[in-house]
Amino acid sequence: MNATSPLYELKDLSKRYTRGKETVTIFDALDMTINTGDFIAIMGPSGSGKTTLLNLLGGIDRPSSGEVLFEGQRIDNLSQGKLAKWRAANAGFIFQFYNLMPTLTAAQNVELPLLLTSLSGKARKDRVKTALEIVGMGERARHRPGQLSGGQQQRVAIARAIVADPKVLLADEPTGDLDRTTADEILETLQLLNAEMGKTIIMVTHDPAAASHAKRELHLNKGRFEEKGKA
Amino acid sequence: MLKQTTAVTLLNLRSIPQRWGMSLTTVLSIALVVGVLLGFMAMASGFRATVDGAGSDDVAIMLRGGAMAEMNSNISRDEVRLLEVAPGIAASPEGEPLISSELYVVADGIRRASQTPANLALRGLGLHGPDMRPQFDLVEGRMFEPGSAELVVGESVQREFEGFALGDSVRLGNNNWTVVGVFSTGGSVFDSEIWTELGVVQNLYQRGSSVQTVRARLTSPDAIEALREYVENEPRLNLEVLSERAYFARSAGGTTNLIMFLGWPLAIAMAIGALAGAWNAMYASVDARTRELATLRAIGFGGFPAFIAAMVEAIVLAFFGGLVGAVATWILFDGVSASTLGSGFTQIVFAFAVTPDAVVQGVILAMIVGFLGGFVPAMRAARIPLLAVHAD
Repeated sequence: MNATSPLYELKDLSKRYTRGKETVTIFDALDMTINTGDFIAIMGPSGSGKTTLLNLLGGIDRPSSGEVLFEGQRIDNLSQGKLAKWRAANAGFIFQFYNLMPTLTAAQNVELPLLLTSLSGKARKDRVKTALEIVGMGERARHRPGQLSGGQQQRVAIARAIVADPKVLLADEPTGDLDRTTADEILETLQLLNAEMGKTIIMVTHDPAAASHAKRELHLNKGRFEEKGKA
Repeated sequence: MLKQTTAVTLLNLRSIPQRWGMSLTTVLSIALVVGVLLGFMAMASGFRATVDGAGSDDVAIMLRGGAMAEMNSNISRDEVRLLEVAPGIAASPEGEPLISSELYVVADGIRRASQTPANLALRGLGLHGPDMRPQFDLVEGRMFEPGSAELVVGESVQREFEGFALGDSVRLGNNNWTVVGVFSTGGSVFDSEIWTELGVVQNLYQRGSSVQTVRARLTSPDAIEALREYVENEPRLNLEVLSERAYFARSAGGTTNLIMFLGWPLAIAMAIGALAGAWNAMYASVDARTRELATLRAIGFGGFPAFIAAMVEAIVLAFFGGLVGAVATWILFDGVSASTLGSGFTQIVFAFAVTPDAVVQGVILAMIVGFLGGFVPAMRAARIPLLAVHAD
């Protein structure tokens, strides 16, 4: 895949929930292409389906109808087991509340995705060290999440997301729980990962300042995308 | 898969201190179940050990045919004479057959602990009575003088009942007796008895010349067959011949079974309660880690490692519960002296015995509780919805 080939293709994608007798449509007949190397910010009002879309892209939810293609292959119809393997090989997740394991050190948290690979213990350690250094947390490898600030925890979470070298990083409000300065540092790290390492990043945010760090801004509203041009 | 399972299991186990309250409740409730079970088992084991310890393979005991216990038996003087010439019976250095005609009656005693009256066995023995008990040891004083109202008392009687110190004058029935000695038979059932000479009991309790049992030292354990054949072929004898070990095993069986029939159902009923506790604790554990488990699954971990991890946690907690219950029971009960009504309607003093076998059974019960209590929550852990990654 080169830098402009489609990584994701969404075809006629719909997501509906049933609440009691009522069916709520989150979005309907959505089409979109995300290219390799993109850094996309998905914005929109609360309830517009931003996180739902991210879940579908990450294979942690399934569409009501339509197709999600990743590198030309459908992932929406994979079995749970195959989807888990797909996520392990292709997707790195960054969550608003970091989702680190509180009893593990930063290094042990980062190592988790590598436990799903056939890498040796030494190779895993090397990869963890590199990932933590990339996010500037090399010195904090032995700290537990409770001993780290919010920004530091998010850096560890980013290291965990990139350690297995996934093709796409899916970030759900990655700066939603951080102050402006720390948020900017995190966003610069994501920019660096996109620019220097060629990671495709899809970030959901409600913060225009955060979105401004992305290459593309997509606004999801009433089930439709609207792309905002970048200056 | 092994790496995944190990990682998730260690994660679970490391997070136990964060849920220490619920985990401790599970451990303690299971400990209680095991404690109750082991308490009953210790009682049964101690009782059986006491009664079994009294029985010897080379001592035969003869009772009236159909009599299940000494109290129901009656043997005449003529029958005793016929037994004196029976084959298979060892002889003393003086050439006398080593037999002991015995008669026991129920006497009153006062328990030290509860100050309540309880039945004691007052046994009248023949000259060779002590020879029938290989572990007999006169630990204090002297033996009774034939024909006098003198008693030797078992160590358990002296320990558990009032008024049996050496030199004490004791009133039993309508008669005054003097305690002249204390004996031990190594903690067997005989330690719960008071002994005197057979003729004195026959006289003071108006029993004529009859006895209840005849004990005979055999030339070898196999010699019981010759003795039994002799008794069966002698039409003037209507007696049952048993080895002393077989007799006591039969006597103890009922009481031991009764204890166990009470103990197991009670332990199982409590185990069901503990099961609910373990279930609850494991649900709380899974709920507390919902986001962690969902995150692991989002990263690519399977549901199976989460299931195994939750099961291991439940079983580890249960194992510790079992261990705590076993250790507590051992500290509290092992060797503690108690008494119960024996087959002769007299008190048998015995010591609780927490045996390794009982501990193993207790810990196995605990782990079964852990397994059953953990299973459904573990299934839930394996099926945590992935969308829970966004939970606050």
